[in-house]
Amino acid sequence: MAYYIVRRLLIVLLTLWVASVIIFAMLQVIPGDPAQLMLGINATDDSIAALRSQLGLDVPLLQRYLNWMSGMMVGDFGYSYTYGAAVGSLIAERVVVSLPLALIALTLSTVIAIPVGIFTASRRGTATDTTAMAITQVGIAIPNFWFAILLVYIFAISFRLVPAGGFPGWDTGLWPALKSLLLPAIALALPQAAILSRVTRSALLDTMAEDYIRTARAKGLTAQHVLWHHALRNALIPVLTILGLQFAFLLAGTIIIENVFYLPGLGRLVFQSIQRLDLMVVQSVVVLLVASVILINFLVDLAYAWADPRLRREG
Amino acid sequence: MTLRPILLGGLAAILFSSSALAARMDLTIGMVLEPPGLDPTAEAAAAIDEVVYANVFEGLTRIGPDGAITAGLAKKWTISEDGLSYAFELREGATFHDGTTLDASDVVFSLDRARAEDSTNAQKALFSAIEKVEATGETTVVVTLSEPSGAFLYNMGWGDAVIVAPESADTNKENPVGTGPFKLDNWQRGSAITLSRNENYWGEQAKLDKVTFRFIPDPAAATAALLAGDVQAFPNLPAPEAIAQFEADPRFIVAIGSTEGETILSTNNKKPPFDNIMVRRAMAHAIDRQAIIDGAMFGLGTPIGTHFAPHNPAYVELSETYEYNPEKAKAMLAEAGFADGIKATLKLPPPSYARRGGEIIASQLREVGIDLEIIPLEWGQWLEQVFKGKDYDLTIVSHTEPNDIDIYARDDYYFQYENPDFKALIAKLNVTAEEEARFDLYRQAQQIITDDAVNVYLFQLAKNGVWDAKLNGLWENSPVQANDVTGVSWSE
Amino acid sequence: MKNALRNKNFLVGIFLTGFILAIALISFVWTPFDTTKLIIADRLKAPNLTYLLGTDHFGRDIFSMVMVGARNSIAVAFFAVGIGILIGVPLGCWAAAKRGFVDELLMRSSDIIFAFPALLSAVMITAIFGPSATNAIIAIGIFNIPVFARVARGAALSIWSREYILAARASGKGAVRITREHILPNITNILVVQGTIQFSLGILAEAGLSYVGLGTQPPDVSWGRMLNEAQTMMSIAPHMAIIPGVAIIVTVLGLNLLGDGLRDLLDPRLQRER
Repeated sequence: MAYYIVRRLLIVLLTLWVASVIIFAMLQVIPGDPAQLMLGINATDDSIAALRSQLGLDVPLLQRYLNWMSGMMVGDFGYSYTYGAAVGSLIAERVVVSLPLALIALTLSTVIAIPVGIFTASRRGTATDTTAMAITQVGIAIPNFWFAILLVYIFAISFRLVPAGGFPGWDTGLWPALKSLLLPAIALALPQAAILSRVTRSALLDTMAEDYIRTARAKGLTAQHVLWHHALRNALIPVLTILGLQFAFLLAGTIIIENVFYLPGLGRLVFQSIQRLDLMVVQSVVVLLVASVILINFLVDLAYAWADPRLRREG
Repeated sequence: MTLRPILLGGLAAILFSSSALAARMDLTIGMVLEPPGLDPTAEAAAAIDEVVYANVFEGLTRIGPDGAITAGLAKKWTISEDGLSYAFELREGATFHDGTTLDASDVVFSLDRARAEDSTNAQKALFSAIEKVEATGETTVVVTLSEPSGAFLYNMGWGDAVIVAPESADTNKENPVGTGPFKLDNWQRGSAITLSRNENYWGEQAKLDKVTFRFIPDPAAATAALLAGDVQAFPNLPAPEAIAQFEADPRFIVAIGSTEGETILSTNNKKPPFDNIMVRRAMAHAIDRQAIIDGAMFGLGTPIGTHFAPHNPAYVELSETYEYNPEKAKAMLAEAGFADGIKATLKLPPPSYARRGGEIIASQLREVGIDLEIIPLEWGQWLEQVFKGKDYDLTIVSHTEPNDIDIYARDDYYFQYENPDFKALIAKLNVTAEEEARFDLYRQAQQIITDDAVNVYLFQLAKNGVWDAKLNGLWENSPVQANDVTGVSWSE
Repeated sequence: MKNALRNKNFLVGIFLTGFILAIALISFVWTPFDTTKLIIADRLKAPNLTYLLGTDHFGRDIFSMVMVGARNSIAVAFFAVGIGILIGVPLGCWAAAKRGFVDELLMRSSDIIFAFPALLSAVMITAIFGPSATNAIIAIGIFNIPVFARVARGAALSIWSREYILAARASGKGAVRITREHILPNITNILVVQGTIQFSLGILAEAGLSYVGLGTQPPDVSWGRMLNEAQTMMSIAPHMAIIPGVAIIVTVLGLNLLGDGLRDLLDPRLQRER
């Protein structure tokens, strides 16, 4: 097991390093000069040159990469060209929006999907099941940003129940902040819930077909009893896997929803920074996002390996 | 028995009247772009001035809502006979937000810093006429110019020329320390900036005690935020399509003002076939300005025929010089030897006036045989490829700098236009101080570039202000990029 | 065939997909109006007898735009899936045949690609090459490569362990020949099912990219761009937002149902009672 962990850890580090090189290289070839962009069309050439050296853009490429990497090692993510603020603090400001949003959406999706999955699995083949599954098919097909636009017009503009967007900050109180995350969370959660409820249902049906469940049924236990006491626990693994994937997606993949609701989240930070050529922000945030996905996968792998020794020999 | 209702009634009356008497003291203003930093002397972004100009930072002079120059931190000034020496007398009692007093040395520092060798000022040209800046007393400064400059006082009113203190100059980007009636309270990056009233302001106190600028880049979200009351004013709403809806709603005031933004189809005058004046004139005939204004801006915008703002007293109405006539345009193209049509590119920066306008222009020019490939660009790429690299055929952009017709005299400007007569005219203008003479030169300049059909002049960008009907004192026009809230208040 | 006629998912799926496909194909030869011609005077018309689904802010016929948009969405998704199959499947088969280092390298590379947030990477790609339908295809296609590589590898591995492959090797057939003659024919079904799923994801991805302005560019029409333009006009012209959204839903729904149906029909081992 120790050998396995060390080996996997080395692979994780290697993966991270390759990812950092890819990101750095990609950003170097984005056309445009950050200094020129910041100073605009009336700037003189010497002002631009002065700003370039101020931003450290006149340093050779390799040196810049090494500076950035050595900073990252000690938790210094560099300074934003445009905001002038430390990238670390910018990330901290955004995470308090993105993380709660992802968590609320995930909770919402789970709270809807698991009961629907269980309910439909236990009533397989009935009209309720067929209808619910048809609805989930439509749910998967709905683009979440389109759904978000509809939500805004119904709940924010027509009924004025919640703000149309923006984030007032947690210091204005729990309720105003939560209220502004409500619509985005729903827009994110419903399509996810559609997927999750299908996964839950089919995972349950799969385990119900396993031999030990049949044995349990043969012993005379009712279908309902078996479902609740035996199948559910075993169906949890595929469900949790999907949840993990969805969480990773939600953390970074909410750019479009953040744009519809103009929320100051991580996705929008990167999106805007790319447009502003604020490369330091882009590279640091993307590397962190990539690192978190790789780490989550690593932990999941470890958990699987721990649960199933056979997996340790494969890779 | 009878006492209770009276008491209750009294209480209700007190509650009611107090809420009616106490006018609202806070305001949330919507803006499209978030400023990258808050130091107007360090970057070009208009969003910086839109937050800090007049509110946080002040210059020697100040540009008012009508575009006129008024006193700022300099309460008065005298100009020498030869027009080379400006003696400013500063306000007494003006202090920076960190408590330090404003004195002549701060002015010397600010102006010297802006024009220094290693300055990163985005409008360094504003200071190019300055030869030296000297403090002649605690509150008196003399600025000496190397040549007379008719625009000097105006230049000193730009956001890029505000007065900063040596102690805080380097950190103004994150923590602006100015002399204005508001100071920075809180910056939620990516979301909002809140200013609070500066109780130690040297002049008349602001009426609001808190002003929040909320950044909403998306036109739909901006409209939604106004309708939902999340923001109470959008001085320049990015969604012209929503204006009619706000006009019909008594809760809102719609103020369509003008900006300094001449929106033009910039043309690469050195790149064939656009080096041919016949082709450029034919293009001007092929474009239906009103259709562009209707289609892209929902009717909001004034057609122009030259590079000058219609609200300027020296403006010449030339928008009918090349009337819309596709048949004539076709004939002219054929005469110029392009009967088989022209293929070219149209590079478009992000704003919707460019993207939407570009679609319409491409469709109009296709009718006369000019086939345009539309290439959308981010600002960074636009600056590099089009503005600096001159690697373009046509582009659409709004030139928002005030009184900037002199760009046509610049060597190597991205229009690639060269006309010695025009250059001579601008050189003369730069040394002319007398107003009527300046106007006359401006008029001649407008005529020349229109005759040469340097670019196709489309329309003056409107400022689509929408705000709560109970708000007073917001600017309708924008002679400078600013949201001056120093005089804003709620009625009732 | 009989099975196909009994499979409801398959039937509804093929009907919806066929409908959208037909619209897309017809748009090449005929649309009610020319979508490149702007009639500003007729802008923002609600659905009426002339313009069945109304007009947009440039006076273009939305019905015609939905037709042209269908062909653009399908083209982007089709080529993106094509990239994934053409590059991913050979890679996956190669890894399955070689095992060892090649396999490890492939799996780790796909880990790296999967670790990148897809939309953010697409934004970076379009920032480098400029927004266009072609670059949207590349951005979506890149993420399809590891998907197909993994699916092909997994399926191929299980076939490599079969006895008839051992027999083929014993008779002196090389890895390439075995892959061509025995592996590929046996993994086609699973690739078709995966292809349908990726196709529907591609439609959604294209809509999303075009919605943020990074995909198809004017004068070409895309459903995502139509939604973007419609958003600000929601309260004055709701048809502009609702119609393209419905078009996307119908297409994605059709493809998903088709995928489910195909899975049931083509690969009985994977069959789940749904």
